[in-house]
Amino acid sequence: MAAVQGSMAEAVEIKDIKTEPPVDAVVNNNTNDGSVLSASPGPGGSVGSTKPATGALEEKQTLLAILQFLKKNQLSESVDILRREAGLPQDLFDLKGADASSGSGGTLGTVEGGGLDANSLLSRVTSSSAAQAPVKAPPAEDQPDVSVVLSAYSQQGDPALYEVYYSGLKKFIETVLDCHRAELSQVFYPLFVHMYLELVYNNHENVAKAFFERFSGDQECYYREDLQVLSGLTKKEHMRGNETLLDFRTSKFVLRISRDSYQLLKRHLQERQNNQIWNIIQEHLYIDIFDGMPRSKSQIDAMSGSLAGEGKREANKAKVYYGLLKEPEIELPLDDEDEEAENEEGKPKKKKPKKDSTGSKSKKQDPNAPSQTRIPLPELKDSDKLDKIMYMKEATKRIRLGRDNLPSICFYSFLNAYQGLTAVDFTDDSSLIAGGFADSSVRVWSVTPKKLRKVKSAADLNLIDKESDDVLERIMDEKTASESKLLYGHSGPVYGISFSPDRNYLLSSSEDGTVRLWSLQTFTCLVGYKGHNYPVWDTQFSPHGYYFVSGGHDRVARLWVTDHYQPLRMFAGHLADITCTRFHPNSNYVATGSSDRTIRLWDVLNGNCVRIFTGHKGPIHALSFSPNGKFLASGATDGRVLLWDIGHGLMIGELKGHTDTVYSLKFSRDGEILASGSMDNTVRLWDAMKAFDDLETDDFTATTGHVHLQDNSQELLLGCYTTKSSPVLHLHFTRRNLLLAAGGYNP
Amino acid sequence: MAEERRQKQCSVVLPTESMKAMAESVGVGQLQEESCTALSEEVSYRIKEITQDALKFMHHGKRRKLTTSDIDNALKLKNVEPLYGFQSQEFIPFRFASGGGRELHFYEEKEVDLSDIINTPLPRVPLDVSLKAHWLSIEGIQPSIPENPPPAPKEQQKAESTEPLKVVKPGQEEDGTIQGKGKEKGPIRLKPRSTHELSVEQQLYYKEITEACVGSCEAKRAEALQSIATDPGLYQMLPRFSTFISEGVRVNVVQNNLALLIYLMRMVKALMDNPTLYLEKYLHELIPAVVTCIVSKQLCLRPDVDNHWALRDFAARLMAQSCKTFSTTTNNIQSRITKTFTKSWLDEKTQWTTRYGCIAGLAELGPDVIKTLILPRLAVEGARIKAVMEGQVISNIDKIGADHVQSLLLKHCASVIAKIRPPPDSVEQYRIDYGYLAPMLCSHVMKARTQAAMQAQQVNRTTLTITQPRPTLSVSQSGLSASTGPRTPSIIKVPSSLTLMSPRPGTPSQPSPPATKYIVVGTSAGAASTQQQVITINSSQSASTVTSTVPSATSTLQPLVKVEPGSGPTLSGSRPMQKYIVVSLPSSNSSMENKSSVIPTPISTTLEPMGKTDRSESPGASTQSPH
Repeated sequence: MAAVQGSMAEAVEIKDIKTEPPVDAVVNNNTNDGSVLSASPGPGGSVGSTKPATGALEEKQTLLAILQFLKKNQLSESVDILRREAGLPQDLFDLKGADASSGSGGTLGTVEGGGLDANSLLSRVTSSSAAQAPVKAPPAEDQPDVSVVLSAYSQQGDPALYEVYYSGLKKFIETVLDCHRAELSQVFYPLFVHMYLELVYNNHENVAKAFFERFSGDQECYYREDLQVLSGLTKKEHMRGNETLLDFRTSKFVLRISRDSYQLLKRHLQERQNNQIWNIIQEHLYIDIFDGMPRSKSQIDAMSGSLAGEGKREANKAKVYYGLLKEPEIELPLDDEDEEAENEEGKPKKKKPKKDSTGSKSKKQDPNAPSQTRIPLPELKDSDKLDKIMYMKEATKRIRLGRDNLPSICFYSFLNAYQGLTAVDFTDDSSLIAGGFADSSVRVWSVTPKKLRKVKSAADLNLIDKESDDVLERIMDEKTASESKLLYGHSGPVYGISFSPDRNYLLSSSEDGTVRLWSLQTFTCLVGYKGHNYPVWDTQFSPHGYYFVSGGHDRVARLWVTDHYQPLRMFAGHLADITCTRFHPNSNYVATGSSDRTIRLWDVLNGNCVRIFTGHKGPIHALSFSPNGKFLASGATDGRVLLWDIGHGLMIGELKGHTDTVYSLKFSRDGEILASGSMDNTVRLWDAMKAFDDLETDDFTATTGHVHLQDNSQELLLGCYTTKSSPVLHLHFTRRNLLLAAGGYNP
Repeated sequence: MAEERRQKQCSVVLPTESMKAMAESVGVGQLQEESCTALSEEVSYRIKEITQDALKFMHHGKRRKLTTSDIDNALKLKNVEPLYGFQSQEFIPFRFASGGGRELHFYEEKEVDLSDIINTPLPRVPLDVSLKAHWLSIEGIQPSIPENPPPAPKEQQKAESTEPLKVVKPGQEEDGTIQGKGKEKGPIRLKPRSTHELSVEQQLYYKEITEACVGSCEAKRAEALQSIATDPGLYQMLPRFSTFISEGVRVNVVQNNLALLIYLMRMVKALMDNPTLYLEKYLHELIPAVVTCIVSKQLCLRPDVDNHWALRDFAARLMAQSCKTFSTTTNNIQSRITKTFTKSWLDEKTQWTTRYGCIAGLAELGPDVIKTLILPRLAVEGARIKAVMEGQVISNIDKIGADHVQSLLLKHCASVIAKIRPPPDSVEQYRIDYGYLAPMLCSHVMKARTQAAMQAQQVNRTTLTITQPRPTLSVSQSGLSASTGPRTPSIIKVPSSLTLMSPRPGTPSQPSPPATKYIVVGTSAGAASTQQQVITINSSQSASTVTSTVPSATSTLQPLVKVEPGSGPTLSGSRPMQKYIVVSLPSSNSSMENKSSVIPTPISTTLEPMGKTDRSESPGASTQSPH
């Protein structure tokens, strides 16, 4: 114990030493009174030399301050120039830009001065801007940046006044009109956090504790976990290397506030000369102002709760091609076969043409579908075509589900798993089940009477008559036939598992930082994909095969193809662990859920984040696309399931009922029913049809993004089935709409 | 969660003393107070940080319990070497020590002798992971199979009977879609129909079970009873079973069909053993049936030979059990039953058989009842017995009856007297208090005392105990004499092979419940060697021997012998435990060999002061279904 503590302390110390110099420098530059540390001549002098050039900017010395100043003086052009020269990203200063753009013009002299100054400060600005942009690099790399980021806290007022400021604002917000109160209350949480951190940073430990004690109780209950983290953090030294803190500092907290409410707040703060709070709002908050009615408390609560506030409205404006890809033309052999096989019955004959006609109609090219070649997809092999045919055959026998026609549920219990079962997956045709275990093993079971066989060894394969018709049968080694196969290779618990659509491969992701590709022909590991250096929480094959996505503790989701050992795309933007990853049915998009309580949708083509969904109040552990690609369902540790409209980027439903983490979600094959499985040992069925039909997507909600959610979970719940003592880890609808559920039996 | 509590938890910091202790343990002697404070804050913060990361691993491991491996993984995340080999068998492996004004928690690391490890036999290999499927729901309705939780938990059945308006359909939970159908809807309040529609499967099941219960095949009966005692989904059929039993008793009492009455009583017992059933609603049918079996004048065709006494004992025990479980201040079952028994016992004209039943019924209710109701009447009863035994022989039946009553009284009263009277047992004193029965009573009391003393020793010494000699259902050949052997009515037969799966509808082709814990108690009696393996009841002696073994040849597991003090095997149902007792015998052909090889103690055919009870518990016993 002690030894470990010792080594930890050492590690911390080393970090400290590394980061100390930059902190000194920057802190010195930033502080006016030098109360934190004594001035060191080197860097201070260099900045000092630029002072005369700016003239009017005597009081502020960092570039941030300059920008702020420029904006204050409504020097929009100089801001632009400065930004361009410094290479700062646009969005960073959007708010300020917006402020500034309302005014016009400015004195040329200052503009030039600002430009000159920018040159001299370029080096520092870039580093600070890199840190302020969403983190893209793992925390270890941006250690120097952290100090820059933290330095922003150094501008300090009298610590004793913080409580006064905060309670003053609180009093003000409590007395404003009801319609504004809910909106303005959003400011509390980010403000609270930043004020607290500022106090901690400036070594006012006791004041900070008192501040926390006094106001933490006021915060919304869904921030409880973050507050817990925060409360443990009482020293400046703790702030380095704390990821939660970094998230807070490096990304602006986004609030959506109506223009009226915002004006109210602004006026109040300016009247009171409350610069402390105003500065925080300016620097750390992104206020997304909209025109129109202020939102109600419930509307706000529905959307808030994520680590970094709500998604910006612009973030969800990009067009998403959520339609499905055209199915390849392989109807003909199906018809032939069908007629041959079922000629006697006559009945299917009649059905077929009808079905084909509807089928071809729907394939007329959906305007919302991406073009067939938007991303290159693997060509269909013969075996894939056969499988498609099988799929169509099964689909004709599919049971139409609905409110009065609930699916049967078959539950697969993993016995004697001793709590070690961590991931489950079914093949699309429901013939195989794979389980990932905490003891690093992966097991594959055959659910059909057909046993699992390995391919013969190379020597034996040589002896086979390659011309024979049943060559595919002959290559299998009958001696190895068994109901289950064990795959060893990982060196840590397996957290994600996924079958390839053609059932030839299996992916598994593990705590050891690798994703492994297993062959289900030879039952050996083919590739270990290294890239995530931290635990990989989830992985999934694309519905078209070939591509797969993985996400883990390093906050970056990676897109891979099976034949490259390096990722094709890196999706960076989440502020905490990526906990689950799902492919859109058309393979053009990837959805990732994260511990930062947001869901992001990424475009596979260019790696852009095209949607940010906020509203969950806990880490997201389950995602599922509806079969038509229009909707997304997500489940989190808080037991709620949320439904999202991808096209409009809106939350469209909330399903309450589970009492523990939702670990699995699945739409029925026709999308009428949503099944959810949870740690509370229940499978619940929801009327997805009704949930989507009830939706009124008028233009207003679409443009403003304000959702009115009615609380109709009870009406939508169609059934709740309790298992004896098995958490439901995975759900799967067979092609005939039988629901399969799986979980480990934990007596 | 309470706000204050959370904050307290968050601001917890390790005490500086523990820093000092840790410093000392690594050889740093004088640690300054300031450094201690700084260290403890730092350490507390790091520990919290690691715990937060460990929680992530717990969530992704789909567990509710944080394990040591989660902590290890969290440490790995931080690039810290994990604590290798730290695995705790217990929940909190720390030990506490104090001394010199200091308190210390430490991790106890015992020195382990390598040879010990080498010499210990290998532990059982844990079972391999396997996959089992069952129907969680069939077209929206959850089938009542052991794999699923009981469809209507007891509370709901209770609510159903007490507040029928709130009734919710099974399969749809309280918060399900059914809401609003009940009272919320409008001013009209319909009294809900309580439907007892049984599905076809249930009807079939009911037919099979009832037929098996009263049929001739003992193996089938055991399975059926097992099913009644364990199946979670029977509550819908409960009214039918209840009627079946009460009607059955009514008919068979008239026809004096002892065997059937016993079967029916065993059904009652099985129903009472089923933990998922709420029987209160059906007591009005069951209690009369049970009481009938206790006090009826005649229960069999040949009262002189047949052992109907055992049935009375068994039913009396059932009665006592239901009094214990169901008696409340509102229904007053116990006092009503007591009154009934006392009244008919006090009646002069009551026959010996009924008299026996009344006494047995009262005696089973416990020492208090014996003390207040039976002991005062010992003298009177003694006189009556004396009249029969020593007077002119009126009929053989009366004599047997009086004999049985006498032994019953002796058996029950002796232990109670032993407790309430101070030791010196003088026959004279007894004669004054208890009349005719005194000499025998006296010797029984003395025997009881020595036995109690021995028992105390045995408790200390080993695990095998049994507290008081009690008659148990199903031992020995027809208690009266071995000569009646071939003709002995086979009262209870139990198969030696057990299958826990019942013919149950709706079970998917895949089995099966993950091992219901059950106890198999095999009994064998000394002289029981007739062709047909019979267990009969011996209540003629004040003590009977029950030697039990593990008959289950299918179970290859080492039997763990566990003892539940205080009762014979058949009584164990009275305890609210989730174990099912199956009384069983080795299969008839090989019974002798089996016994000689398995039974650890010599079989005693004679009266022994103490019974022995082995209980074998085989938790891992597989419950594979036939396929």
